[in-house]
Amino acid sequence: MTRYIIRRLLQAIPLLFLISLVLFVLMQNVSDPLATLSGRTPTRKEDRERLTRQLGLDKPIIVQYLYWLIGNDWTKIDMNGDGVAETPGIRKGVLRGDFGTSMWNRGVPVTKVIAQRLPNTLLLMVVAELLIIIGSFIVGIYSALRQYSLVDNILTATSFIGYSMPIFFTALAAIYIFAVYFKRWGLPSLPTVGMFDPQEGKTTSQVLVHMILPVFSMAFISLASYSRYIRGTMLEAMSQDYVRTAKSKGLPRRQIIFVHALKNACLPIVTVIGLEIPFLLGGAVVTERIFAWPGMGRLFLDHLERGDTPVVMGILMMIAVAVVVFQLITDIAYAWLDPRIRYK
Amino acid sequence: MTESQMDIPLEPSPKIPQLSADEIESPPLTLATLTWRRFRRHKMAIFGVISLVLIVLYAYGGSFFVSEKYANHNDTKIILQYPSAKHPFGTDTIGRDILARTIYGGQISVLIGLTAAILEVVIGVLFGALSGYFGGLIDALLMRFTEAILTIPTIFLLLVMAKYFGGKIPNITFLGRTYSGSVVVIIVIIGLTSWPYLARIVRAEFLSLKENEFVLAARATGTPTWQIIFRHILPNSIAPIVVAATLGVANAITLEAYISFLGLGVRAPTATWGNLLQGAYSYIDKGAYWLWLFPGLLIVLIVLSINFLGDGLRDALDPRSRTV
Repeated sequence: MTRYIIRRLLQAIPLLFLISLVLFVLMQNVSDPLATLSGRTPTRKEDRERLTRQLGLDKPIIVQYLYWLIGNDWTKIDMNGDGVAETPGIRKGVLRGDFGTSMWNRGVPVTKVIAQRLPNTLLLMVVAELLIIIGSFIVGIYSALRQYSLVDNILTATSFIGYSMPIFFTALAAIYIFAVYFKRWGLPSLPTVGMFDPQEGKTTSQVLVHMILPVFSMAFISLASYSRYIRGTMLEAMSQDYVRTAKSKGLPRRQIIFVHALKNACLPIVTVIGLEIPFLLGGAVVTERIFAWPGMGRLFLDHLERGDTPVVMGILMMIAVAVVVFQLITDIAYAWLDPRIRYK
Repeated sequence: MTESQMDIPLEPSPKIPQLSADEIESPPLTLATLTWRRFRRHKMAIFGVISLVLIVLYAYGGSFFVSEKYANHNDTKIILQYPSAKHPFGTDTIGRDILARTIYGGQISVLIGLTAAILEVVIGVLFGALSGYFGGLIDALLMRFTEAILTIPTIFLLLVMAKYFGGKIPNITFLGRTYSGSVVVIIVIIGLTSWPYLARIVRAEFLSLKENEFVLAARATGTPTWQIIFRHILPNSIAPIVVAATLGVANAITLEAYISFLGLGVRAPTATWGNLLQGAYSYIDKGAYWLWLFPGLLIVLIVLSINFLGDGLRDALDPRSRTV
């Protein structure tokens, strides 16, 4: 097992290099980072040249990537434009934990920019994910136990519709009904923008109320596919020999369902959930945009539009590392839960 | 022959059904016939096909009734009008008729869905087939590359690529109509990011199929490698590919809608169902539901129909597979 883990981690290293290199090259051409620097646009030619030089954007792309990866404190860089490299570099590089500084919020470290947004995203995503998991277990098990009943058919049809819906459609429909129309009818309406009302301040109740619509919009869509999956695995487990044995032994139905069938049906679901967790870090780009939620998705979008390579790379590499780690954790958890599985 | 066997009556037992000459002569059922027999029992799949045909008729047939010039014509005197007899789906923020725009937008959305799925299939089959057939170093390299793409969430990767390629491609004139070059960009980037799942399916199929005797026989008779891959093994793995390609169309339409909704997708003047929704949420407070309802419903309907179709195809083509 230890050998397996070490081998997997070693395999991940070239993978992460490849990803970072490709993304870094793509980012160079995305947008002019000088255009929106600190909210002011440098118009004079000399200013542009000086900033380009100071930010190191005049270097060949591979040198920029090297500086990003291993830092530039081992070399000298030319800051004043006389063609002689005189100032020692200060960047340590990603490999030593320095993700650089944001170009748009000039000078703010990338880790700080991300750290400000990550809790907001996690709050939204973890609550939504929990709701999805709990809800889909209830719906999935219920449908599986009453296969082809009226309720099962209705749930199947609903989940197909939910599965086919783009998130913005659910979100816009929810806003229209619960915010716009409820207000028009004089009912208490739900807020649709941001995390809290600026006049009320960031209180727990404010954040909770603001979370309702984004969480339910996301939950409705993912609930559909998750519950179908649980229904499928549960149906399969219920038709197994060990369930028949349990029935013929005269065990109570509750025990058969929740102990014998569910425990085995859970196995493939562990994989699905485990592989889903790292993507929670990235937040939901579209949902956060619609509800103006200050999370990672919006951070990514805002900084991508301004060509802020360090921040965008920071976000993407954080997710990539999390994906690699969680894939491994999922594999280990799977082997632990199912003794039939052995890794070499 | 022994005595006892002679005693068996020559008249056939009445229990054995008698086949008429015609039935005995009838040729064996082809894969297409068998698939169709199973497919037509799937009610939701039939519903999917019918509604898909209706939507495609709406998008492509609609252009006989409404001109593209009218769809792109804006009249600032009639901005944000409620649905009426003259404009059944209302008008948008700069006074264009939304009904006409959903017709022309539909053509582009369907086009993007189909072509992106074709690109996905070509890349996915190529990667999966080479990886599964040759194994070894080629397999390791190709699968690492596949994993690399799967490691970054699709929407993030799509947005970076949309920004990278966007804004540089000029308008394209094709068959006398002008399209925004961003259509091509969107097709290419969706195709380039969505193939890894298909590649994995094809690889798994190849891994098991290449061990069969018919591959050995083909090799023994000196069949060239490319013929073994594409003429002997590939046709046997067609079922999961067809299903994945069908669902790929729905996926591409949804992804296009997401990118366009975020403002990085297909640009004006070309309409798609996705970019019709762009900015709809700025006007939601004013109660302008028609801005998002009609294009949104069309997206939901086409994706739903394609998913039903894909589900039916999976059941029909591969009866062993489990529907999840």
